[in-house]
Amino acid sequence: MSRLRSGADASARVLLPLAFAVAALLAWEVFVRARDIPPFLLPAPSAIFEALRANTPQVASAARTSGANALVGLVVGSVLGVLAAVVAARSRLLREALLPLSAAASAMPIVALAPLFNTMFTSTSDVPRRLVVTIVVFFPVFVNAVRGLSQVQPVHADLLHSYAVSGWAFTRTVRLPGALPHVFTGLRLASSLAVIAAVVAEYFGGLQTGLGSRITSAASSSAYPRAWAYVTAACLLGLAFYTATLLLERLATPWQTRPQR
Amino acid sequence: MSTSTARTADASGTREPAVSVRGVSQRFDTGRGSVQALQDVDLEIARGEFVSLIGPSGCGKSTLLRIVADLVEPTAGEVRINGKSAHQARLDHDYGIAFQSAGLLEWRTVARNVELPLGLHGAGRAERRARVEELLALVGLSEFASARPSELSGGMQQRVAIARALAENPSLLLMDEPFGALDEMTRERMQAELLRISAESSTSVLFVTHSIAEAVYLSDRVVVMSARPGRIADVVDIGLGRHETAEAGADVREAPAFFDRVTRVRAALRGGPGGHPGVDDR
Repeated sequence: MSRLRSGADASARVLLPLAFAVAALLAWEVFVRARDIPPFLLPAPSAIFEALRANTPQVASAARTSGANALVGLVVGSVLGVLAAVVAARSRLLREALLPLSAAASAMPIVALAPLFNTMFTSTSDVPRRLVVTIVVFFPVFVNAVRGLSQVQPVHADLLHSYAVSGWAFTRTVRLPGALPHVFTGLRLASSLAVIAAVVAEYFGGLQTGLGSRITSAASSSAYPRAWAYVTAACLLGLAFYTATLLLERLATPWQTRPQR
Repeated sequence: MSTSTARTADASGTREPAVSVRGVSQRFDTGRGSVQALQDVDLEIARGEFVSLIGPSGCGKSTLLRIVADLVEPTAGEVRINGKSAHQARLDHDYGIAFQSAGLLEWRTVARNVELPLGLHGAGRAERRARVEELLALVGLSEFASARPSELSGGMQQRVAIARALAENPSLLLMDEPFGALDEMTRERMQAELLRISAESSTSVLFVTHSIAEAVYLSDRVVVMSARPGRIADVVDIGLGRHETAEAGADVREAPAFFDRVTRVRAALRGGPGGHPGVDDR
């Protein structure tokens, strides 16, 4: 029924946070100007916007690079996570062995592995950053997918059993579609993590073409508004990934009645 | 009345009962010892007969239905459906089944839910579409074919589940408290519809319930069970002529004969006198 809600209601939900964001930016601007805050502490939004405009091609190129890294890692990590979950869901032993480990692993700072990966590959390789993203993405997708795949309603199990169908038909008609909402819970988490990992991984060396390295190099040359411009791009990139995943979720699971976000 | 409708069940030409349960016992092993869920149950359901199982919780009525459906293997005894083993009957899709919860696949539309068994058993697209149309008309949900289960009320969902159970024209319908979660008004309407449907298609029905009035209203015979161990305590012949009641509607629920049968079932549930009910009826 959430699909049937009125347009006015929906636009209110968009307008309200938007108005709040504009108000916060204004307050920030006023605060920085009134207190004469030095830019290395906090540049004004107008200065950041100016830097963003002056460096548009560079910012866009860095965002493309980081976006590609995040996307490749997200896709590879998610596919591996779902495949591993399909295997794990078939074996109780495997599931019980892997789930606690994966939950622990998803709590670990996997970006910290970046310097180690950098030494494993050549300095011009895209692989280390993408590998970090892949690993970061794998665990939440895996954990949620296993949860979804192993939660079949008993009444559905009885029903399909009464139809005397094969294991694969059961997986196809009940297990997989039933797990989709859980998989997307994992994907939503993973999409934000993917961008964070792709940006942060560059702080530890390796190829210096993405947003992460641009932020550090701008900051170290005291170009603070420019550094913030790259940070803004990273925020927008994260937002884009999250929104795209949400959109995909709505397309893939149209039956889900969603709680108000 | 369409009593002349040719039924596939009769095509086999056998005179086997729809269901025959012989000496069935069921023992469940729990953490603290084992529980005797059913002991020495014998039951026969004739073709076209409507039989209800009623009893206190823990009397094994649902277990018995699950054994007939071959969802549970009995510890001892034998179940035959249309003369075949319960296992073979399940493989041959001889029965349709409905549970207390509708158990619809929420990602499928109403139409796709109804056609689920047809699709899984390899029916063609045209056949599926025709059959779904027929079934939705039967349960009065034609205009909801493309709705999602979450858009339907509980009663409507249960009607979809019944349409799904009927999809393959089963000669036997197994129902485990299908109206248990419905409100009284919906429930009575559904009961009348079920009577009409089962009469029209001359389907045999095994129906689990814990409502005396429901059992009496629907059934040709009510099997009263007792708990610990689960066994058949009594069988009450109802003989209200349910095929006529299907047309007479709710009036039957106010007839003296109806109250008389309710009293008898209640007495049997209490383990009271009336040791040979139904014998004196004719």
